Amino acid sequence: MNKVLLIIQREYFTRVRKKSFIIMIFVVPALILVMTLVIALVAMNSNQLTEQQIVKVLDESGVFAGKFHDVKNIKFESSTQSLTAAKEDCKKNENLSALQIPAEYNKKDAVNIYAKKKPEFALTIEIEKQMNDIAISNGMLKNHIDTAVVHSIKSDISLNSIEITDAGDKKSNIVANIGVGIACAIFIYISLLIYGSQVMRGVIEEKTSRIIEVIISSVKPFQLMLGKIIGVGLVGLTQFFAWIILSVIATKIAGAALSAPKGTMLNIISVLSTIPFGHIMGLFIFYFLTGYLLYSALFAAVGSAVDSETETQQFMFPVTMPLLFTYILSVSILFQAPNSALAVWLSIIPLTAPVAMMIRIPFGVPGWQLALSMSLMILGFLFTTYVAARIYRVGILMYGKKTSFKELSKWFFYKE
Amino acid sequence: MLSIRNIVKQYAGHRALSDVSLEVESGKIFGLLGPNGAGKTSLIRIITQITAPDSGEIYFNGQKLDQSHIDKMGYLPEERGLYKKMEIGEQMIYLARLKGLSRDEAIRRLKIWFQKLGMETWWKMKIEELSKGMQQKAQFVATVLHEPDLLILDEPFTGFDPVNAEIIKDEILELNRKGATILFSTHRMESVEELCHSIALLDKSKKILDGSIRDIKNTYRNNVYLIEYEGEKVNFNGSAPFELIEENKDEENRHTIRIKLNVGATSNDVLQYLIPKTRINMLQEVIPTMNEIFIEKVNQIA
Repeated sequence: MNKVLLIIQREYFTRVRKKSFIIMIFVVPALILVMTLVIALVAMNSNQLTEQQIVKVLDESGVFAGKFHDVKNIKFESSTQSLTAAKEDCKKNENLSALQIPAEYNKKDAVNIYAKKKPEFALTIEIEKQMNDIAISNGMLKNHIDTAVVHSIKSDISLNSIEITDAGDKKSNIVANIGVGIACAIFIYISLLIYGSQVMRGVIEEKTSRIIEVIISSVKPFQLMLGKIIGVGLVGLTQFFAWIILSVIATKIAGAALSAPKGTMLNIISVLSTIPFGHIMGLFIFYFLTGYLLYSALFAAVGSAVDSETETQQFMFPVTMPLLFTYILSVSILFQAPNSALAVWLSIIPLTAPVAMMIRIPFGVPGWQLALSMSLMILGFLFTTYVAARIYRVGILMYGKKTSFKELSKWFFYKE
Repeated sequence: MLSIRNIVKQYAGHRALSDVSLEVESGKIFGLLGPNGAGKTSLIRIITQITAPDSGEIYFNGQKLDQSHIDKMGYLPEERGLYKKMEIGEQMIYLARLKGLSRDEAIRRLKIWFQKLGMETWWKMKIEELSKGMQQKAQFVATVLHEPDLLILDEPFTGFDPVNAEIIKDEILELNRKGATILFSTHRMESVEELCHSIALLDKSKKILDGSIRDIKNTYRNNVYLIEYEGEKVNFNGSAPFELIEENKDEENRHTIRIKLNVGATSNDVLQYLIPKTRINMLQEVIPTMNEIFIEKVNQIA
């Protein structure tokens, strides 16, 4: 056991002392800091981002003139100019556009807007919304419906989603949940691949440099494999914790430096506070660790079966397939239906659970599903480690042979 | 020291060792000889417990071989290798600690070895910065640092230039004098004759010969002598106590003959026969080399 500790130490310190590791520790939180700053700036100054837009309204119907109301950065001006004259003006001023409303505005594709640049999406949406409102009010008035009634009918609906939990109703924010779920899934997917292939490269390095025979004349192949897997895993955890700490500090600094208007910040904080970060973090670490142990054992077996990194392709594909498959499903479909049968099954099968479960966690997962998934994860990594160790112990001493899957299965059944 | 009994190892396509038994005496230098593919490395991997035999047993100092003996062995594999990007000093300490040395003890011994072999400046260097010969030297130190009772060296001199090979040879002999048992493996049979006390010859997974070098050579000496004389060519007749095998003459009128003694005759009889006839420069018994013995033995079996 003492020897496994020595191996863990070596694997850990040779990686942690690398310049690239230290740089990564600072680069990622720095990126997060920059991103937070940019998002905050955009949120605070969104109305200053675009310049004031002036819309000349050429109304031939007589319904709309004077009824537009100015919003943030859009100003409406009624005009009696001809279309050609208005277009000339627009050519000279980028922030000017001409809205031509024909008498028969109700027909399809009747209303046009002219501008030098392609009109912004927000601008067209705003105009369409206002025109629809005005047209509806106009129609109602024509049919002798009281304006007071019209105003009372008008509504501005946005949905509040509320979870029913044992502890009482809980306000939740779907967008935030989806965001956190997807972020965790992406993060776990990338981490499993990065640290898994680090294990694989380590195995290949020992094999190609031929030090393997020296080492396994001192320790059992299984001890070496285990030591390497644990060592690299600890590097991963170190990186996570460093990132979390630095990111928290970074966002704090960013928040203070911006002295953000209380409204915006409060809004963000109240959204974030609906997300159970401790719970998610704990499960993230669990699924990272068990998923990592499961996959890195397979990666180690792949590394032992080849002579160089270029030969890994044929084995890498089936190993990474379930991960990639779940990842793509997760970020495209699963987040829309986190409690569908597909999502539930994927989050229980060990090969796919680390990614699929991350998507589901923010939405709440029934206790029995979580318990089943977690126990299967543990059984799963014990199983893959056992299988991988049997292939590994033979593979590390094989050179110059092109290995096939048939060969691998033979290795599995070799005696000591 | 090491008692190897009836080892059988079968690989998927071929048999690597069939019923090999050997005794390696404590404190001796033992040569494991044989052509490539004879099973030497397979046997060594079983001794170092990298693989296990299909059947048969190995005893180390009378105890059945197990994990506890690993720290008592030092193994230099035929294919040398170290971590390319790790500093030499750190790497040596790591390997020594895997063999059970404490960090401090490893450093203390490393300093002595580095000084002895002129490697003091290498401590902070990486393996990839060293020449092949230097890497070999570093690997040798790593193999012997924990002062193993049994030192297993697979083709130890390949990769060394003659000067360093000599240095390493002296170090091996000194370790042996200090009590280490040494097990050599090589396919260059002539290279270990001068070093080994005993040998075993492997061929095609079988042991075909073993014993002390002296005994083997005594068994295989065949009363052949090489004689050089000067002057007129001597004509041998039936009264000579030997049979002429080969006769050569160089420009300076020196004759070299190869003879085989008649049964019961000695080298003294030869001299007595020749002295009245010519001037003798040299008489030397021709002892077969291990290589010749090997070839003879293989032919016998076939």
